[in-house]
Amino acid sequence: MSLYRAELRRLVLRRLTRWATVLGLAVLATVAVGVFLSNQKIDDAAWAKAEVAAEQYWQQQVRQTEEIRAGCEQAAAQGDQSDRFPADCSQISSPPRDAFPAEQYLPTTFDFRASFGQTLTALAAILALVGFVVGSSFVGAEWNTGGMMTMLLWRPKRVTVLLTKLAALLTGLLALAVTTTVLWFGSFWLIATTRGSTEGMTAGAWQSFALTGLRGGVLALVAAALGFGLASLGRHTAMALGGAVGVVVVGQFGLGVLLSLTEAKFIEAWLLPTYVQAWVEKEVVLRDWQLCQSNPFGPCEPETLTLTWQHSSGLLVAGLVLVLGGACWAIRRRDIS
Amino acid sequence: MTAVLEIAGLQKSYRSRRRGTRNALDGFDMRVEAGQVHGFLGPNGSGKTTTLRTLLGLIRPDGGRMRLLGHEVPAELSAVAGQVGAIVESPQFFPHFTARDTLSLLAGAGQVRSTRIDEVLELVGLRDRSRERVKTYSLGMKQRLAVASALLKEPRLLILDEPANGLDPGGIREMRALMRNLAEADTTVLLSSHILAEIQLICDSVTIISMGRRVAFGPVEKVLAAHSAGTVRVRLEAVADLPDASEALTRAGFRVTREPDHLLLAGVEESAMVTRLLAGQGLYVSELTWVDADLESVFLELTATAPAPGQSRQVDQSARPATVGQRSAGGWGA
Repeated sequence: MSLYRAELRRLVLRRLTRWATVLGLAVLATVAVGVFLSNQKIDDAAWAKAEVAAEQYWQQQVRQTEEIRAGCEQAAAQGDQSDRFPADCSQISSPPRDAFPAEQYLPTTFDFRASFGQTLTALAAILALVGFVVGSSFVGAEWNTGGMMTMLLWRPKRVTVLLTKLAALLTGLLALAVTTTVLWFGSFWLIATTRGSTEGMTAGAWQSFALTGLRGGVLALVAAALGFGLASLGRHTAMALGGAVGVVVVGQFGLGVLLSLTEAKFIEAWLLPTYVQAWVEKEVVLRDWQLCQSNPFGPCEPETLTLTWQHSSGLLVAGLVLVLGGACWAIRRRDIS
Repeated sequence: MTAVLEIAGLQKSYRSRRRGTRNALDGFDMRVEAGQVHGFLGPNGSGKTTTLRTLLGLIRPDGGRMRLLGHEVPAELSAVAGQVGAIVESPQFFPHFTARDTLSLLAGAGQVRSTRIDEVLELVGLRDRSRERVKTYSLGMKQRLAVASALLKEPRLLILDEPANGLDPGGIREMRALMRNLAEADTTVLLSSHILAEIQLICDSVTIISMGRRVAFGPVEKVLAAHSAGTVRVRLEAVADLPDASEALTRAGFRVTREPDHLLLAGVEESAMVTRLLAGQGLYVSELTWVDADLESVFLELTATAPAPGQSRQVDQSARPATVGQRSAGGWGA
């Protein structure tokens, strides 16, 4: 327990932990402020203004149509055979008034039920990034500076030390994720109240958002554990960060290009971000448009593939077992020099 | 006397596809008695740090037995880790932590009372600078912090690898006094260092390692006495004749160490043999004195690492002692 508390304290004292947290929170705050500033509350005045704007735009369109028709009739009278106008000028008719509904001229407004789910994906992505960087640095820097060796001189149980360190990291990140997620819910509820609408928030909708937030938090913890495990395997922070860049550049862009060239079906099913998205958003429906393009008859009905959060959870668990298992095996077997 | 550290037949090899197998420790033996300051000497790459790391459970040995404070290690290392303070090679710390934070985290992890932090900071002279970040520290101050971290546990056995590294002359003297005080307070100190004059001053006993094997051990006076016999200093009338004299003596089987204005010969039974040999070459001796060897000359002789004029010695070029007859027969390090 004392080792756990010491590691937790070390985590909080570390400069990178503080800076990564501040940076992550600053990005989230910027998103929230941006959403606040770019949305407005829809009241009677806004509706009236939208009605006026819709009317004005419709009238402008009517005027322009009349001018075009007049030009058409004049050209027909002069025997103009060019294809600038249709042969029958009566085909040029003014748009109906109801083609310009006032809703289209309303300012953007934040609908909590419709839009908050997407912001949870952004929150999960940023927390996962912070978790990965802090997690990899937390153990990587220890290996690099000899701190791990010093700790093992005090507590010569290698796997216990490594896992206690991981437990401290996950506890710290969990506290950050829970606090941030609660603040995120509160901030966007406030934004929706003052700059949008909170209508339609049933118990089911709340439950769905809560589960999405939970999955986002779990994603952050998994990312931190993966960063921690990779850095421990390579005994350097750069191993995790370099590995991540390698996976993104070679494994994702390279694989994407290769699969495109071979015209493989459902390319996104081979890419990790798809599974991250499926995990947070519960499911992702992939569509293969190749079949559709080769069919000259009827409407396009692409083949679909649905990836769910359960598929993603299998991938995350496999990654965790592989990386953390490898890190535990390596710290047990390899000399510390 | 009770032994606090015993090593017998310790072996460790490193295998490489390109360079084959290298024996870092090749049946190494060692014994350190309680309450002593014990010097651990050896040329670079001789296996000192590998021994210390193996003893502390950082490296897995290929063979041999080790005991620390009466417990078999690494199997029972957890039982004694709280009583062994160690710094191995140049310790590094997080540059943005203060010395107090660094020690406080270690104390927390090791369940050491927090008042001990002030005590060790006082002992190593960092009390007034303890709230400054380690990145502002000089090498000597970092070394003091490392010693403080090793002392934090109030260890019964203190293992220090090059503790004087980077210390100023005052710091070296303070370190010497600290070690003597610790030994008087029944703390055993195992000290690895290349400052041989320092070792000779403060150590009760020594172990010298070369190429992964023990080449000498025992109380400092006995080691010196055992290797002082037969050492003479030879001066010639003309300093310019030293190279010729060195060559002639080496050909005759003497172990010659060249100094700027004289030669040191080891393995001399009769001084007349030297004068007769040199006179026969037309080289005339102006001084021939039997000398008591110091630890440095004994070390250089035993490890065969004395610099030779015009030659660049490589790190692995040192004496490889014979395997047979020098090792203890199954006992613990003695």
